[in-house]
Amino acid sequence: MLEENEPEWLSEEVKTGTTILAIEFADGVVLGSDSRVSAGASVVNRVMNKLSPLHDKIYCALSGSAADAQTIAEVVNYQLDVHSMEIGEDPQVRSAANLVRNISYKYKEELSAHLIVAGWDRREGGQVFATLNGLLTRQPFAIGGSGSSYVYGFVDAEYRRGMSKEECQKFVVNTLSLAMNRDGSSGGVAYLVTIDEHNTEEKVILGNDLPTFYDQ
Amino acid sequence: MDREEVSTGVSPGSEGQTTIMAVEYDGGVVIGADSRTTTGSEDFSTHTYRNNTSTNSFYKDVHDHLLKHVLSLAIAEVVAYQLAPLVETAAHLFKASCYRYREELTAGILVAGWDRRRGGQVYCVPIGGMLVRQPVSVGGSGSTYIYGFMDSNYKPNMTKEQCLELTASALTLAMERDGSSGGVVRLASISESGVERRVILGNQLPKIVSTH
Repeated sequence: MLEENEPEWLSEEVKTGTTILAIEFADGVVLGSDSRVSAGASVVNRVMNKLSPLHDKIYCALSGSAADAQTIAEVVNYQLDVHSMEIGEDPQVRSAANLVRNISYKYKEELSAHLIVAGWDRREGGQVFATLNGLLTRQPFAIGGSGSSYVYGFVDAEYRRGMSKEECQKFVVNTLSLAMNRDGSSGGVAYLVTIDEHNTEEKVILGNDLPTFYDQ
Repeated sequence: MDREEVSTGVSPGSEGQTTIMAVEYDGGVVIGADSRTTTGSEDFSTHTYRNNTSTNSFYKDVHDHLLKHVLSLAIAEVVAYQLAPLVETAAHLFKASCYRYREELTAGILVAGWDRRRGGQVYCVPIGGMLVRQPVSVGGSGSTYIYGFMDSNYKPNMTKEQCLELTASALTLAMERDGSSGGVVRLASISESGVERRVILGNQLPKIVSTH
């Protein structure tokens, strides 16, 4: 049998292996993600930003199949633009999450992506929604992606109600760092987005600036 | 009476159906597991080799073919050399069997104990049969959920009490998330003075999950 000439990664599906999370605080939300995109054993992009804007104050975090996740985000971005023009004001976070959920549910057999939707609106303040497999649930925080399995224990133990913005940011960075250290499909840099009433701040934390632990 | 005591806790959980953990501290080790297993109500076995001039005695809680085989080899060493076996020896014996029969076996094993040469030690023999010594190690299906917690909360040079607390907390968190783990937490601390077993019942588990 002749050996296949082209490298495996050209034919492997591209997945954003990933660790993503979002957490709510009194006046807003913090979203975080790693930056690794893998095709089988190859890392095809080590600096991808998986936090995608759906609207000025609503972001989503992508995980699962890269193509599926990006497409859902783009479609919902368009649908939200139309919706916000129709109602004449900024859309609610719940509306954005609902649009994502509708696509995930209707095409659940064909798609394999999980998006966490988080943002700020005037009515309910900061909100985080999980849309796994087409459900819609609001949670104080949500984690997702392959790396999330390793940090369930950590977030269960560390999360506290009523954390401040800075505490939430630290929580997100620590969680991402732990997951990136254990999950082969997560790594690179950490992206953070903090959304509150007044602004939307995007931040990158480079690999060597991430917190380290006892065995590093 | 020359008394050397080596106690090894061995958790024969296959990669599923349980959560196990072992931590080293200065002077001994702590080993723990949940109690939900498909093989019955016991989870791990501790084997104490006590040597005096007249008899060798040991006790075990779980019958397991692998365990029996390894024990018989360990006992042979005890008998032949009149020495309590090293923790490293027990770990190597497990590795030898797990590696040779890797196609047939599915067993993830943690060996933790105390001996005079190196003090408290934890050895990990995962599926496939590699052997590595680590200061702290987790295994079983529930272990994936607590890697992050373990990495962030373990610090070198902890005391015995801190290790017991860390293990109990980690197992509680794993039991919370893993459907195959649950029940009570069984802990043992092993040091020069022997094995101390304890059980933490469901309602006495640390209240570490803050969301309820």
